Amino acid sequence: MVTYIARRLLIFIPVLLGITIINFIIVNMAPGNPVDMYIDPNMSPEIAEAKKEALGLNDPLFVQYIKWLGTLLTGDLGYSMSSYAPVARLVGERIMPTVTLGLAALVLALLIAVPLGIISALKQNTKIDYLVTGLSFIGTSIPNFFLGLALIYIFAVNLGILPTGGMQKLGGDGGFGDRILHMILPAIVLATGIAGRKVRYVRASMLEVLKQDYLRTARSKGVHEFWVTNKHALRNALLPVITVVGLEIPILLGGAIITEQIFQWPGIGQLTLQSMMSRDYPTIMALNLIAAIAVLGANLLTDILYSAADPRIKVG
Amino acid sequence: MSSTKLQALSSANVQTPANVQIEHSESRFRQVSRRFSKNKMAVAGLIFCILLFAVGLFAPLLQPYPPDQVTGDFSAPPSSAHWLGTDQIGRDVLSRLISAAQVSLLVGFATVAIYVAFGTVVGLLSAYYGGWIDTLVMRITDMFMAFPFMMVILVVVSVVGPSLFTIIAVLALFSWPSIARLVRGSVLSLKQADHVRAAVSLGLKTPRIIRQHIFPGALAPIIVNATFGVASAILTESGLSFLGMGVQPPTASWGNMLSEAQSISVLSGQPWLWLPAGMAILLTVLAINFVGDGLRDALDPKQ
Repeated sequence: MVTYIARRLLIFIPVLLGITIINFIIVNMAPGNPVDMYIDPNMSPEIAEAKKEALGLNDPLFVQYIKWLGTLLTGDLGYSMSSYAPVARLVGERIMPTVTLGLAALVLALLIAVPLGIISALKQNTKIDYLVTGLSFIGTSIPNFFLGLALIYIFAVNLGILPTGGMQKLGGDGGFGDRILHMILPAIVLATGIAGRKVRYVRASMLEVLKQDYLRTARSKGVHEFWVTNKHALRNALLPVITVVGLEIPILLGGAIITEQIFQWPGIGQLTLQSMMSRDYPTIMALNLIAAIAVLGANLLTDILYSAADPRIKVG
Repeated sequence: MSSTKLQALSSANVQTPANVQIEHSESRFRQVSRRFSKNKMAVAGLIFCILLFAVGLFAPLLQPYPPDQVTGDFSAPPSSAHWLGTDQIGRDVLSRLISAAQVSLLVGFATVAIYVAFGTVVGLLSAYYGGWIDTLVMRITDMFMAFPFMMVILVVVSVVGPSLFTIIAVLALFSWPSIARLVRGSVLSLKQADHVRAAVSLGLKTPRIIRQHIFPGALAPIIVNATFGVASAILTESGLSFLGMGVQPPTASWGNMLSEAQSISVLSGQPWLWLPAGMAILLTVLAINFVGDGLRDALDPKQ
């Protein structure tokens, strides 16, 4: 197990290098030159050229890449081209709101998906099963921005019981209850797609377990049906479900961009969109890199949990 | 996604028994369509897709007005002249909805056609030759799959500039790894199948073995994955267009029709500006997903 983790971490290095290369290439495809941002148009061409030279923009691309990678390794993410603030600070400020929202959405999704999936499996091929399956399809098919707008329309505009956006009331104290109130709608939007996928996963996993011999044994021993499903079956059906949650991380990050935009949630997603609109490439590169590391880490964690939960799966 | 799991998943789907190949291809087709037609939702989804295709194909005949022309009052509610009302600059919403259907179908099918073709070839070759080629390809797919999909697509589109062509190209560029891994998994298990070993020991040439003995067995999961891929490409395009990073106005797309609804006044007072486009995306994606689900069950030889 330890050697497996060590090997996976070693594989990370070339993959991460590849990611930085792809990242660098994408950003260098951008039209215009960053020097245009720094250089006064009244500057004489010679001075402009000297400035370019000083900034290293005349170096061959791969030299620029190596230099960029060097500063990156020291933990320096550079400075934002729009606000001139250090990128690390900009990103740091935005991480907590996104993580909070993402966790809330994950918990909500599981709270919806696990009971529905179990009921669906226990009542296989009944009306309840078809209803749950149909709902799960709608959950995975509805565009999150449409759902978001519809929820704002219903709960914020018509019923007026929930705020339309933001993380706390304007001028409010930002108390716990207020934040929860602001989090409800965006969390539902993010959770819907995940719940839709997980319902079918729980259902399939539960159906698989229900066919196992050991459940028949438990029944023939005289174990009550309640304990057969809720203790013997559920434990084995849910373990893989909990571990695949890691695979939702990239989808959560992607969904955060649109959801945070609709609900004006001040997180990573909104920062991504803002830095794209202002062509703030240092920030974009940093965000991409952080997101990629988060995804790689989540994948590794998923694999480890997967093998820990199910000893039949051998890793390494 | 880890390769162990993908292999486990795909090998479960792909155990094409040898007898399927002995049967006539027509009877296989009939068997699949018989199974497919039992799934009511899948059939309903297929009918919806066919209708949508017809709408896209005959768009000019169905559109009451030219989609990009101002033909009425600003933001007029639905009436007999404009069944779904007009948008904020007076264009007919129904006509734009129909044009947007063409855009969505084009994005969905063009993207999938490109990345499925590319991913299949890469996956086939990677698994068949194995060794360092396989390792290299798998590491490259790791890199591509480590980027959060939506984020990296937004970055590339914002750098290259949004257009219909860019969107198709970028969606394809970041979608091929999953199909390459899927195909690789199928081929790895098929390589051990008796009929392929027989073909190798008969001395058949590699291209022929791949084409005639491996590819047909790997086809079922490719078809299923491609179907879901169309739905997901349409969904992603609409999201990009909603954010203003996709199909650019005046070209209509369901996503950019919805992005105008971000103001509270449109949201509360003019539902015809956002409800039809949103429902169109939902129903289209839902229909395609139902078809994909039906195909998966129908193509699974274990059932």
